[in-house]
Amino acid sequence: MESMSATLDIGDVSFLGANSMAQEKIVLTDEKVGRENRTTVGNQFIDDARMTCRDVNVYYGDNHAIHDVSIDVGRNEVLAMIGPSGCGKSTFLRCLNRMNDTVDSCRVSGDILLDELNIYDKSVDVVPLRAQVGMVFQKPNPFPKSIYDNVAYGPKIHGLASSRAELDAVVESSLKKAGLWEEVSDRLDQPGTGLSGGQQQRLCIARAIAVRPEVILMDEPCSALDPIATATVENLIAELQEQYTIVIVTHNMQQAARVSQRTAYFHLGDLIEVGSTDRVFTNPRHKLTEDYITGRFG
Amino acid sequence: MSASFFLVILLGLASLAYMQGKRRAFSVAGGVTGSASLHSRPGYYGMLTAVWCVLPALLIFGFWMAFSDSILTGLALKTLPASMQGLSADQSNLLVNDLRNLVAGHVAARDIDPVLQQAALQYQGMERIGRIALGVVMLSMALFSASFVYIRIRPEMRARNHVERIVQGGLVLCSTIAILTTIGIVLSVLFESIRFFQHISVTDFLFGLKWSPQMAMRADQAGSSGSFGAVPVLAGTFMISGIALTVAVPIGLMSAIYLSEYASSQVRAWAKPIMEILAGVPTVVYGFFAALVVAPFIRNGGGMFGLNVSSESALAAGLVMGIMIIPFVSSLSDDVINAVPQAMRDGSYGLGATKSETITNVIIPAALPGIVGGVLLAASRAIGETMIVVMAAGLSANLTANPLQAVTTVTVQIVTLLVGDQEFDSPKTLVAFALGLLLFIVTLFLNVVALYIVRKYREEYE
Repeated sequence: MESMSATLDIGDVSFLGANSMAQEKIVLTDEKVGRENRTTVGNQFIDDARMTCRDVNVYYGDNHAIHDVSIDVGRNEVLAMIGPSGCGKSTFLRCLNRMNDTVDSCRVSGDILLDELNIYDKSVDVVPLRAQVGMVFQKPNPFPKSIYDNVAYGPKIHGLASSRAELDAVVESSLKKAGLWEEVSDRLDQPGTGLSGGQQQRLCIARAIAVRPEVILMDEPCSALDPIATATVENLIAELQEQYTIVIVTHNMQQAARVSQRTAYFHLGDLIEVGSTDRVFTNPRHKLTEDYITGRFG
Repeated sequence: MSASFFLVILLGLASLAYMQGKRRAFSVAGGVTGSASLHSRPGYYGMLTAVWCVLPALLIFGFWMAFSDSILTGLALKTLPASMQGLSADQSNLLVNDLRNLVAGHVAARDIDPVLQQAALQYQGMERIGRIALGVVMLSMALFSASFVYIRIRPEMRARNHVERIVQGGLVLCSTIAILTTIGIVLSVLFESIRFFQHISVTDFLFGLKWSPQMAMRADQAGSSGSFGAVPVLAGTFMISGIALTVAVPIGLMSAIYLSEYASSQVRAWAKPIMEILAGVPTVVYGFFAALVVAPFIRNGGGMFGLNVSSESALAAGLVMGIMIIPFVSSLSDDVINAVPQAMRDGSYGLGATKSETITNVIIPAALPGIVGGVLLAASRAIGETMIVVMAAGLSANLTANPLQAVTTVTVQIVTLLVGDQEFDSPKTLVAFALGLLLFIVTLFLNVVALYIVRKYREEYE
């Protein structure tokens, strides 16, 4: 497991020694410049939140990757997290379903609540948590199984279907929700790895939906896709929003503007600004946000 | 001046040719600054010169090595008087042998004909002249071909392409040697087996249930006909290999899973090398471990339960062999499990799968081809293993399904058949080749089956 995690690319924070060192240096120099102008601006808190994060800090060994992030995720909203590479948005996303547990050197402090439940509480088991908070990864990673088995995997291990017919129904409805059913209904027994990149990513979304999560985390789901496949996935996100809460990390600001209602801007481990997507993109309140969305860096 | 001395000189010439070729490349290009106008980097021109210096000379050398003896012998025999010419094949063979012995300076068995002595002297003289001639021809050929290339070095000469083509030829040659050796071994075993099957019918060999390989010295001897049924021997091989795999596959696979998925890196760092040491223990050590420790232990243990265990049992040999092949399974499985991308694990964990669900449903299927490969390698080792079985399983060819009895294996029988003085025209000896062929076919068949299984059930990740 250790050797796995050592070479693991955690979204933005490439955790191979050299990079993390470089990143650490940047953080240190920034701290000299002054931290006072990094307090979060905008409306990070909302009523009736689905997920509530308070004073979240993340450390990779000695590297302080996320500083005191507090933010709410609303029901049935799409929250986009944007920011330059290495800003910690993927790291933060992976805290929301405790995927960071698989990284040995990673330590998380602060409170993250799903409804009323503190997911970092000792009594919480990550297995049902991850079924509630599903995840779609940057690179499509279908299992080397048939399309059917890819989707049926989650329901099988969680015992969500008691008969073959029920399982068939779950698979069909998940694939339909992911907009993939039309394309693959006649070849469910073919390997999932044989699909195109965009289809693979929708298969991964179908796989996540099949375990009936409440929140879906998406870590740059379109970064490996062509524009047409990206458009398909974006339409899909808009449809899924009716039933699920979605948190999406993206490098693509147009995409954030298209799919999300609220946008959070991260910069070097700090949450700089949160607000409704329209407001953040048209009228950013923080200098760093403005610099980023006007393309001065990123 | 021995022939190998020429090779040393040739090597010296080659390095000289390399330097000269390189220097000339620079000079035709107009110095270091002009070397950009060369088609290839200067080293390639040197290399080409050196290769041309060596190759033709080496060809001549090889030709001499291959044919000098027969040519010289032929010439020496020509000098013998007519009475010694047209002899029968056997007698002239004898003559040639005597001649060879004389040339090599061995003491010949019988009195030497002075004429033959003369011929041997003739042979030695000619060989001396021939060797000097070889040196002269080789070295002048080397100089000639090297200077041939040297003169033709121009900036536009495609030296790199030439050198690469020659290197490619060398690679093809090496793989051809490996393939031809394989074919040669198979053919020689095949031909000897055919000679065996001229004495014993194929069906008797393949389906015969009795193994008692002996031939009578005299026709009227009692028990003059041996029986050559391979079934008991083959059954013994399969039983012992089966026991070994039953031990090695679960233990090896489980330890591979532990090492790659659960163990901390510190544990892994010392546990893996220790397991691999198992593969380095000489099989003869395993053999006496099996014969002196495990077999008596099983015998005594069986005795307590009222079982009749023979002191040499298939179980003892199989168990120890299983321990021996654990590293093949565990080490290869560990490598392929580690090679399964982290993205597969993340995907599974992200769906709320536990570690064990992830391992059984995602990682093992993805790693299956490699695991089967490891098991197959272990199986071939088990089938071909000789030393442990010789020492621990016994020699009696029982056709039995009881692992507590002594059995024998194909490899053990081949050893016992070929050890000591044997005549190579009796079925008793030739049957070893038939057994070897059978073993070869069985392992080939296993390989093909395993390849088919892997191809059918493999789950490919990118």
